Amino acid sequence: MSSTFVDSAADFDVRDYLRMDMMPHFLCPGCGHGIALRALLWAMHELGIAKDQLAVVSGIGCAGRLSAYIDANTFHVTHGRPLAYATGLALARPDLHVVVITGDGDCLAIGGNHLIHACRRNLKLTCLMLNNEIYGMTGGQVSPTTSETMLTSTTPLGNSEPSFDACALAAAAGAGFVGREVTRHVPRLKELIKAGLAHPGFAFVEVLSDCTEIFGRKNDLGSSPEMMLRQKSDIRPSAYRDSVDTPFRANELPTGILAQTNRPEYGAAYRRAAAAQRASAAAQAGSANAKEDS
Amino acid sequence: MSAVLAPKPAKAESKLVVCDGNEAAAWAVSLANVDMVAVYPITPQSSLVEYLAKFIADGRLGAEIVDVEGEHSVLSVLQGACLAGARTYTASCGPGLAFMFEPYLRTPGMRLPLVMTIVTRDTLTPQSVWGGHQDAMSVREVGWVQMYCESVQEVLDTTIMAYKIAEHHDVMLPVNICHDGNYLSFGAARCELPDQAEVNAFLGEKDVNWHVALDPQRPMAVDPLTGGAGGPGPSAFVRYRKGQCSGMQNSLKVITDMHEEWGRRFGRSHAPLIESYRMDGADYAIVTIGSMTGAAKDAVDAARARGEKVGLVKVKTYRPFPAEALASALAQVKAFGVVDRSVSFGWNCGPLFQDAITAMQCAPTRIPAMSFIGGLAGADLTVTHFERVIGRTKELARDGRPAATVWLNEKD
Ligand SMILES: Cc1ncc(C[n+]2csc(CCOP(=O)(O)OP(=O)(O)O)c2C)c(N)n1
Repeated sequence: MSSTFVDSAADFDVRDYLRMDMMPHFLCPGCGHGIALRALLWAMHELGIAKDQLAVVSGIGCAGRLSAYIDANTFHVTHGRPLAYATGLALARPDLHVVVITGDGDCLAIGGNHLIHACRRNLKLTCLMLNNEIYGMTGGQVSPTTSETMLTSTTPLGNSEPSFDACALAAAAGAGFVGREVTRHVPRLKELIKAGLAHPGFAFVEVLSDCTEIFGRKNDLGSSPEMMLRQKSDIRPSAYRDSVDTPFRANELPTGILAQTNRPEYGAAYRRAAAAQRASAAAQAGSANAKEDS
Repeated sequence: MSAVLAPKPAKAESKLVVCDGNEAAAWAVSLANVDMVAVYPITPQSSLVEYLAKFIADGRLGAEIVDVEGEHSVLSVLQGACLAGARTYTASCGPGLAFMFEPYLRTPGMRLPLVMTIVTRDTLTPQSVWGGHQDAMSVREVGWVQMYCESVQEVLDTTIMAYKIAEHHDVMLPVNICHDGNYLSFGAARCELPDQAEVNAFLGEKDVNWHVALDPQRPMAVDPLTGGAGGPGPSAFVRYRKGQCSGMQNSLKVITDMHEEWGRRFGRSHAPLIESYRMDGADYAIVTIGSMTGAAKDAVDAARARGEKVGLVKVKTYRPFPAEALASALAQVKAFGVVDRSVSFGWNCGPLFQDAITAMQCAPTRIPAMSFIGGLAGADLTVTHFERVIGRTKELARDGRPAATVWLNEKD
């Protein structure tokens, strides 16, 4: 009974959060990106984040296009740079929930530099990276998360480069919150995104999303339900997070909350330091004035 | 009897294929025996690098290919390879070209004979993935040689010639071949593939002994600090700059020679700097660049058939600018109209228009000229548009009073 699942979100109607005038959307049948979008909006709904309180910054790609469908403050920026734009936005408007939607190419290839520095800074932002192992938008070229030996339009003999474990990278670079989930588990994905949104520092959430039309076809991975079922059968509980022998096949990567620290959040720390600086400057000016007066 | 279109008997050693401009460029790279290709995909270039990946996988081209993490790295990787003496290639456009700007800026100064296709695309913002010349035009002053193609065949032939031009010791500069995104990148046409041995004979032995090629026998420091106070002083900087300028000017002759040699060897030629089309006795002329020229020539033919005395000049080599050639081609007309697929911000006209009127400084009298801008973000420039251009330029020839820039697709 497919409606049972929808009923569990009885008071959540995704259409309340979408720009319905943008429909039909451009995603291919079987693409996981729409599922991730729904999970994000559902998480927002359950946390009671008003649409006006949400700012979504997205890069270029199929993932990057999603911001256009969200009925909130949205900004479609250059390829690879959404984290940089979001950094400026989040520093200027700490009252907003700033969410970045990015693809594996956007975030780890052309924008990889911004990711490691966003993690290091630990500014309050939620980064949702939709990993479909491919550059979907440009027609299926190899990406830094393409598993070794997989076929893409630029690796006709199979990918020869090792791929990234983005969560391990984010954790190592200092992200306050790191988690991964598959699109097969929408409620779990929603819970993970909620935890990320609620985290007071930089939250990196990787979503393993299927590109059935290009990646799936090229590698003979079956229909989209088959690809999705494979995600599920391979899924590991987050208890596996301590295992060090995680193979690189994306769907064998550990899922769940993989790292969480209470490192100081950069924006608040900066504002505190700036306030202290202003106070001491004012005090100095005050004592100088007092001297002149005397 | 059904009509069978027999192919024009091709020279025995060449093969006929039907391909688009992106595939033609990939064929050329393969025929030029390039050693190193670095790529990052972008619309409308992506299929070009996919063809290259396939040619390499098939063993047709024995090059290294690297799928790097962005265009900045593309050109950086190729500079490294080029310094080591490799023949290199990449292609990009629009935002990709913008992102590679830092290494792009340094390539000509280092006199590296890199060859790169710009599959021209309009620049952001507004967001658009469609063709236009704004990307290539925005980097026109950087010091790369830039040649614009009109047809798929010209893409193939020019890409091969580009290596001989770039590596020529009187030039030693990087070369851009610009082919129009959408129209040439994806428009398929009949194309003659030259024979490998013939191409080898044309290109000759690869001569990697360019002055910066790293050579353990002649160790050197590439690009140390110059200029200002200290070090070798400003004179070293000036010497480099002047050298770069001479290389650029020398390329006018080298480009002409290469096109001439190409015509001799392969039996098909392209105008090297500019092409004059039906300019005999022309009272007025239109000036074009890139793939729009096909529709423009049709419009000129139709106007000539009606008895209009109009001709066309197509600019192929845009940098260095063929000022003398253009000035002499237009010397006799009473007016000319220039059609650009990009804009020059701050001048409120097209960049080719600006170049053309500057070139006409050499003319004994001032010739009235007008700027037309069209084909932005993939908009089609049709014969009807060129009829408007011809009509307006004719008026200009009559009254000598140029109007402000005309935006051709504004009301399409
Ligand atoms: C500077 C620059 N280079 C290249 C591109 C072309 N481009 C657009 S989207 C994209 C890749 C997108 O892949 P990914 O980030 O994995 O997202 P997906 O489409 O798979 O969701 C590329 C290479 C661009 N827009 N800008």
